[in-house]
Amino acid sequence: MDLTLDDNQTALQDELRRFLGNELNAERRRAMAALPGGVDPHFWQQLADLGVFALTVPEDRGGIGLGMVEAVIVFEELGRALVPGPLAATFLSSEHNAAGPETRVVGAIEVVFSSGEHANDLIIENLSALDQLLLIDSDVRIIDPPPGRLAGRPLDPMTPIHHVLARDLDSGKPVGGPELAEKMRRDGSLLTAAFQVGLAQTAVDLATQYANSRQQFGRVIGTFQSLKHLLADAASWAEIARAGVYAAAIALDEAAEDAAITNGSIDAGSSQLTIRSAVASARVVASRSAHLATSTCIQVHGGMGYTWEVEAQLLFKRSLVLDQAFGGVARAEQILESML
Amino acid sequence: MRLRSTPAEEAFRIELREWLVPNLARLAPPPSYDDWQAMRARDTAWQRTLFDAGYAGLAWPAEYGGRQSTPNEELIFLEETERAGAPYVGCNFVGALHAGPTIAAEGTPEQKQRHLRQILRGEQVWCQGFSEPEAGSDLASIRTRAVSDGDHYVVTGQKIWTSHAHIADFCELLVRTDPEVPKHGGISWLIMSMDTPGIELRPLKTLTGISEFNEMFLDEVRIPVTNRVGAENDGWRVAMVTFSFERGTAFVSELLASMMMARDLAQVARTTGAWSDQSIRRDLAIAVAELETLWAYTKRNVSVAAKTGTTGVGGSIFKLGYHEARLHLADVAGRVLGRRGLAMDDLDDLSRFDHVERSLYVLSLSIAAGTSQIQRNIVGERLLGLPKERSWT
Repeated sequence: MDLTLDDNQTALQDELRRFLGNELNAERRRAMAALPGGVDPHFWQQLADLGVFALTVPEDRGGIGLGMVEAVIVFEELGRALVPGPLAATFLSSEHNAAGPETRVVGAIEVVFSSGEHANDLIIENLSALDQLLLIDSDVRIIDPPPGRLAGRPLDPMTPIHHVLARDLDSGKPVGGPELAEKMRRDGSLLTAAFQVGLAQTAVDLATQYANSRQQFGRVIGTFQSLKHLLADAASWAEIARAGVYAAAIALDEAAEDAAITNGSIDAGSSQLTIRSAVASARVVASRSAHLATSTCIQVHGGMGYTWEVEAQLLFKRSLVLDQAFGGVARAEQILESML
Repeated sequence: MRLRSTPAEEAFRIELREWLVPNLARLAPPPSYDDWQAMRARDTAWQRTLFDAGYAGLAWPAEYGGRQSTPNEELIFLEETERAGAPYVGCNFVGALHAGPTIAAEGTPEQKQRHLRQILRGEQVWCQGFSEPEAGSDLASIRTRAVSDGDHYVVTGQKIWTSHAHIADFCELLVRTDPEVPKHGGISWLIMSMDTPGIELRPLKTLTGISEFNEMFLDEVRIPVTNRVGAENDGWRVAMVTFSFERGTAFVSELLASMMMARDLAQVARTTGAWSDQSIRRDLAIAVAELETLWAYTKRNVSVAAKTGTTGVGGSIFKLGYHEARLHLADVAGRVLGRRGLAMDDLDDLSRFDHVERSLYVLSLSIAAGTSQIQRNIVGERLLGLPKERSWT
């Protein structure tokens, strides 16, 4: 057992952190948000060239052939850099995209047709930037983006929102059945959790930097225990959530290794239960940690934290957007409930 | 990164698991909660059983009879013994985990000869004389005075929170040997035999109703200078050496027990009907998620300790998170038990866990072994690099 990064994993983390640090800053992020659909196709291509989306696609199919451990390391960095766009959906679809190697922007939506009750007004993020839409239902389909009506005031200024009518979705062809749908919900949930850990870490870092420079009463405000303790709690839960995300990703990779060695002949039932609970736990705690850290970041910034200008608001709002992804945190809570 | 154990670790796990079955079957049921002599007898007998099988002193160096295990192996030991329902380290805690390792690291050959194997065999029970009424979070401000008198120190003062003092043979005692220098510089670390004249113990009942703690009054207690561990006035460093043995495993048994308690509460809730309350189910799910990620974080701390020899601020982070998770679980327990929770130990028909008492115990988690406020200072200053509120001398 070892929950510390190995040299390759550290190198991967460093490389991506350097790239994102060079490419992205507050100004660039805002410029991206102003583009149609909130995605910069050039930047998206750069991410694809780095292998971000094809990280876990086997090498013989043009991917990088790494595991979910590397994927969560990457998504944590994307979260730290507050990268806009439908990253997880594009990642999940890359292995199933018959459209060829060119990079696409893919969004995701879940519709429960099987409940017999069409959700009529669907909410889709980044719609005008999408090349395709991943439809995760009782099966998985990759469809053309439907027409939609742009919402005037999205919750998160970096995540444009469209209203779409369910009847306008084309049905497309399934790329996989219920098992793939379940796998995508699970992996999407874990990548979302990893991204939220990154958001939480950035929020802690930003607030700590501010607390170390802002002076009141003749000293930097980080001296005061009232603020120090808020930050300590936020930092602690970010660390704990990160361990939960890593452990879930390792469990996934090790189960896949076992399945490959035994050709799936060993009953993997208990390891599937462990994975289910590990992913759901990581999602729940990462979400709570992101809420705590991003709201703490606003509080530590005081009045400035409540402004449009300071990026603290963007961290907080992105975290709320992500809470709704892949069945939402509520689904993770229900999974844990059902296992008790 | 990996979760898998090595083949050697897996072999250790299986061997231990097989060993536990017959040895736990032979164990008498635990004595009543306030029968301390019986508890000592049980704890030390179990310690002896562990010693004879080579499972005592996992983190101890082999030359003193320890197993010299890796942190990973220690984690497996704690995990398996807890899951099997083996006794907790109990009154051997201070000897096996604090005083013993400190003597192994800093003691003289005579001190090692006199104490180490005896501790591992369950022949010596130790208690800790660190805290004082006026030295809690600010431990270095201790006032218990040791005055040199030939080849003895004459010690006078008062200690508090001295767990198991009434059944202990020895005490690791922090005393002030020089009151004239800044507080950290005038402290010495002594071995005090509990049968020395001048020691008076008064039981200190906690809010759970159990007298695990004592107040310890010392009135001109004569302790041989040869019982000092480390140099005179170097006791603060020696005490800190004790804390540096932390390998991230301190709360493993408790955490796993809490995870089992969460599952048990779901069963209890199904019996009492509380399970139909969606808010209870959801809050229990959240507590489970927190406990599960804290288990992952424990593994992270153990991994870091295995590589660097210390968990850094990991122990503080764990303790802060664990307290919060346990508060959530205690809250759920209260709602699941309803009016049944108004009595401390009448749940026998419902559960094998004493949920009510454990919920009260949660209050100590943010106080004992460094309050949550002190832990937050540690995280804020050492992890985040925030400045200290004022300089402490």
